[in-house]
Amino acid sequence: MPTALGIVIISFLLLQFAPGDAVDVLAGEAGSATAEGMAEMRARYGLDQPVLTQLWAYLSNLVHGNLGWSPRYNMPVTQLIWDRVPESLVLTGAALVLALIVGIGLGAVMAAREGRLTDRLLSVLSLVFYSVPAFWIGLMLIVLFSIKLGWLPSGGAGTIGSSATGVAALLDKLRYMVLPTISLSLFYIAIYARLARVSMIEAKGQDFVRTARAKGLSERRILFRHVLRNALLPVTTVAGMHVGGMLGGSVVIETIYGWPGLGRLAYEAVMGRDFTVLLGILLFSSLLVIVANALVDVLHSILDPRVGGSDAA
Amino acid sequence: MQPESVTQFQPVPAKPSGEPPLVAVPVEATPAPSIIVPLPGLSVPAIPVPAIPLSGPRPRGAKRALATVRRNPLALAGGTILILMALIGLFAPLLFPGDPLAIVAEPFIWPGSDAAHPLGTDSLGRDLLSGIAHGAGVSLRVGLSATALGLVIGVGIGAVAGYFGGWTDAVLSRLIEIFQTLPNFVMLVVLVAIAQPSVTTLSIAIAVVTWPTVARLARAEFRSIREKDFVMAARSLGFGHGRIILSEILPSALPPLIVTASVMVASAILMESALSFMGLGDPNVVSWGSMIGSGREYLRTAWYMCALPGFAIMLTVLALNLIGDALNEILNPRSHEDRR
Repeated sequence: MPTALGIVIISFLLLQFAPGDAVDVLAGEAGSATAEGMAEMRARYGLDQPVLTQLWAYLSNLVHGNLGWSPRYNMPVTQLIWDRVPESLVLTGAALVLALIVGIGLGAVMAAREGRLTDRLLSVLSLVFYSVPAFWIGLMLIVLFSIKLGWLPSGGAGTIGSSATGVAALLDKLRYMVLPTISLSLFYIAIYARLARVSMIEAKGQDFVRTARAKGLSERRILFRHVLRNALLPVTTVAGMHVGGMLGGSVVIETIYGWPGLGRLAYEAVMGRDFTVLLGILLFSSLLVIVANALVDVLHSILDPRVGGSDAA
Repeated sequence: MQPESVTQFQPVPAKPSGEPPLVAVPVEATPAPSIIVPLPGLSVPAIPVPAIPLSGPRPRGAKRALATVRRNPLALAGGTILILMALIGLFAPLLFPGDPLAIVAEPFIWPGSDAAHPLGTDSLGRDLLSGIAHGAGVSLRVGLSATALGLVIGVGIGAVAGYFGGWTDAVLSRLIEIFQTLPNFVMLVVLVAIAQPSVTTLSIAIAVVTWPTVARLARAEFRSIREKDFVMAARSLGFGHGRIILSEILPSALPPLIVTASVMVASAILMESALSFMGLGDPNVVSWGSMIGSGREYLRTAWYMCALPGFAIMLTVLALNLIGDALNEILNPRSHEDRR
């Protein structure tokens, strides 16, 4: 909770530092604003009040779930953000799931072949994934799969004017999701692969695995019930922390693919100098990170019976 | 509560109660060989990326360092690429005199089709090779200065928090947590949008979003080292706090910070490139990101304009990460001794 308050205050301070206010932008665009007209608009948006009064107004608005008014979109910021949240959650969720599955899978293969050629090659590959800029790989995937091969659409979140329903609509959506999801997840695949590899190698040497083997359990059962479960813990810890990173990454990815989520809204807000919206997004995504961390704690208490409910706050 | 991540150097309990974070793994086995990485570009607070040791146990000290390099040709390759990039960036004004943003030839010359412009020209007829060479300097400059500043802020705050403990630690830890919760890249975009983008403001903004990773690492190191006998001895000799922090504890806390620094440079370069790609970079210098950004419109017909600068970014970042891995192996013998 103090963390959330700290973030709110930082957002507010940044908003104060922002050069010019929304009224300046609007007046500049209208091209015919008078000084009186601008003063009137400032009074209407409360921009002429002392800083502390504005902070108080900001806080009390927040309590009511109100992030302010975007003069540019002529819409409440909360509304703007809520409209974009589902698309963002779909994209980041898909990327996270893909990264976890592929990453842990690669990590398991590397752990099983520790020190051999497969392990070495995959290690280098994961380091390459880790070093590639996401926006660049996004563009290169477009070149290959959209322009050269023509298999997948290069942008958007669904066929415009499509009247498909049910399974057809879902498939259409999936086609648009493939490239952005891959671009966003490569970096995290690399992290999870390396992390899973190390934890699994470590778990394999533990006494409880030897015990399981001595009990005559099948290798498959040992792998899934004992080794993998141990590898999942460190991976889920970092995966929770990656929610913030993925939201950040989606700013670039959504801009490239024209995906109508929060990231693209952030880009539009920067370009339109709409700081109310921009800081609303910062605040909202920070809250999502806090929620994600809480979820990871819950997940931990499920995966690790020793983590009690009382201290899993 | 942010879950503490497991670092290689310090087994940090995942829960305040001191519960070990892994199921059925004793605490002693917890330090998975990992380096704390500030999430490049598109990313997060601290991610421990496990290092992949390429060989078994080895001798100590300088000998081991040499042996590691020899056994790890990838690190050698990384070092070579990095030195090459640094030289290109440093001597770009001599190798490619003139403004890299100047129009020098026909637009849309494909790479390899004109000897005068081996990597071709962009949509305005600017030489790509010259742009990439000058961009190397910009990228490395931003990477190094952002990392230096991030290290100073992070080590400063982390050292004070870890050394003094008590309420100082409580307040500073809260501050670290707040900055780690803010999504890195979103915060970065906000900062750059508010400040006028230039090489200096970009570096400062990147440092502002990356210092918490260093601070957490430094705090953990200082917390454990301050209990060591030699620090007690220094204290009983009446050394001041400043002297103990700087000349007694800091040198011992340095190895993990050095590993982190190499990876921070990599992530700073990625962040800078992503910002300039979106048009939020310094408009007065040529940067790899901005080259990709301006080539994006012509992706359909002239994709080489995006591909080439991106390849330069990838090579440089890969080189830094390979060096980070090798440093981790050299500076962190514990990860080997513990595991075998």
